[in-house]
Amino acid sequence: MQPAVETQSLTRVFRPKRKKEGSIVTALDSVDLRINKGELFGVLGPNGAGKTTLLKILSTLLLPTSGKAYVAGFDVEKDLLDVRKRINMVSGGEISGYGLLTVRENLWMFSQFYGIKSKEANARIEELLGRFGLTEKAKEKVRTLSTGQRQKMNVIRGFVTNPEIVFLDEPTLGLDVNAARAVRDFIVDWIRSDRSRTVLLTTHYMMEADELCDRIAIIDDGKILACDTPSNLKRMVKMNTTLTLSVAGLNEIAGFDTIQGLNSYSQTKDVESSTTKLRFVLEDESCVSDIVSKVVAEGSKIMSLQKTEPTLEDVFIKLVGRGLE
Amino acid sequence: MTDSYLMRNLRAVRGRAYPRLIGSTREPSWFVFDVILPLFTIAGYAYVYKFLDARAELIGYVVLGGAMTAFWLNILWSMASQLYWEKEIGNLPLYLMAPISRMSILAGMAVGGLFETTIQAAMTLAIGAIAFNVVFSLASPVMLLVVFVVTMIALYGMGMMFASLYLLLGREAYHLSALMMEPVYFASGFYFPVRHLGFWAAAGASVIPITLGLDALRQIIFPEGIAEDAFLPLNTEIALLSGLCVVFMVLSRYALRYMEYLGKTTGRLTLRWQ
Repeated sequence: MQPAVETQSLTRVFRPKRKKEGSIVTALDSVDLRINKGELFGVLGPNGAGKTTLLKILSTLLLPTSGKAYVAGFDVEKDLLDVRKRINMVSGGEISGYGLLTVRENLWMFSQFYGIKSKEANARIEELLGRFGLTEKAKEKVRTLSTGQRQKMNVIRGFVTNPEIVFLDEPTLGLDVNAARAVRDFIVDWIRSDRSRTVLLTTHYMMEADELCDRIAIIDDGKILACDTPSNLKRMVKMNTTLTLSVAGLNEIAGFDTIQGLNSYSQTKDVESSTTKLRFVLEDESCVSDIVSKVVAEGSKIMSLQKTEPTLEDVFIKLVGRGLE
Repeated sequence: MTDSYLMRNLRAVRGRAYPRLIGSTREPSWFVFDVILPLFTIAGYAYVYKFLDARAELIGYVVLGGAMTAFWLNILWSMASQLYWEKEIGNLPLYLMAPISRMSILAGMAVGGLFETTIQAAMTLAIGAIAFNVVFSLASPVMLLVVFVVTMIALYGMGMMFASLYLLLGREAYHLSALMMEPVYFASGFYFPVRHLGFWAAAGASVIPITLGLDALRQIIFPEGIAEDAFLPLNTEIALLSGLCVVFMVLSRYALRYMEYLGKTTGRLTLRWQ
């Protein structure tokens, strides 16, 4: 099957006009990616890793220094119109549009650049405004919107043209929890409702990438360090799972040594809440039931249970050698 | 979903013209800034001519020239500077990413700007004419329309070309616009017949389409002044303006292509504060 996006040794170098303006920056270094149709693909990396440069090349706003990039099978350097008809892009913190126009007018204006008939465009705008809870704001001028409302409008702008492939560059940047949730939910619903659609999302929010993406490429200094599903990426980290129990009424902490698969354990008494916090480091996760049975058999009551697994952040630290933030 | 490439571009022109068409109804302060304030300059020149007991048509020239300043200001501040401003607010990447000719965006800006500015200029002209008893000759309305249309196409073609060039200048663009106001009012003869600057100075100023356009309009509206004030024969001016239309449209297309290529090569077009 033809991939939605494909890059071959894609490289982008920024050279300063004058030496005193800085040094040469390699924003992308021989990037090879293959993103399938129907995928929600994430590019995870810190600021300056090359995420936005990648999106700009794919959206025909920037030329690669070397290598090739194809979107929907079309060359981003040669087949500009064919690529542009099929894509759209939304960036976090975007302030596009005109404050003098209403939300509906702004969205209509941008739809006209894609040749959508007004009737069709207005119907889509109404539907999407309703989806994002912005119907009441439709007649208000854009300059009166809050940051979250404005970003929701930007997201609608990106989707109102019904693109095959959407590039989302940090779409939830600076949004509050509710607004970010609304945007994420919409993205997932949009791609799941039609498997011919594709989303390429860049983010530096680990949780967002983990929650949304089918596959994730981890990028740093312009290089793709790993590319796989979130669960496979996490398996790359040889890290023991930990189980933390908060129990009440525990008198004896003994007999856990005999449980197979348990590496070590420790306890901390919380005098204030009269509970004991037990922390088990597991070699094999199948021993969880034995631990719980043992605690219950001691006559203790389990107040809470928490299992800690490797996160994308652990993966990132392993690959890059530092945290993302 | 979409029609032909032509229809898509026509819709894009309409879409980009819309903010300007609707803008004047949203901010009525334009009446003060764009209609009333120019009348003070017009009044200043008109009273000087009156005091000198000059020919009546000279006051007519001033009123017409004063009204036409609206177009030059629109070219400088709403056409030439526009793409730079669009870059700053983040619209430019969205325009460049759309599956349309970039000329459609500029054409939309021009159509919208021309419409709103024509209303402003017409109001200034009407109020100025009433205030200073200016009598217009409308013996050749078709010729008047032809000259106006050709002048505007050439002028807005120049604005479209400037839009790309200004983009390369970055923040300096605003200074350039400020620099090009008063000198052009003088060189193009907004408040006096350009012929009196001397042939070569007037010929040099004719690169700016409003110089010839204003002279041609004055010849049609105030025929009694042709013998003393006309720079070139009317037909010659129309022919030259037609030539400028083609030149500026072609140059604006090339400038836009060059700007886009340079932007895609250096990455400057999609970065703000550059």
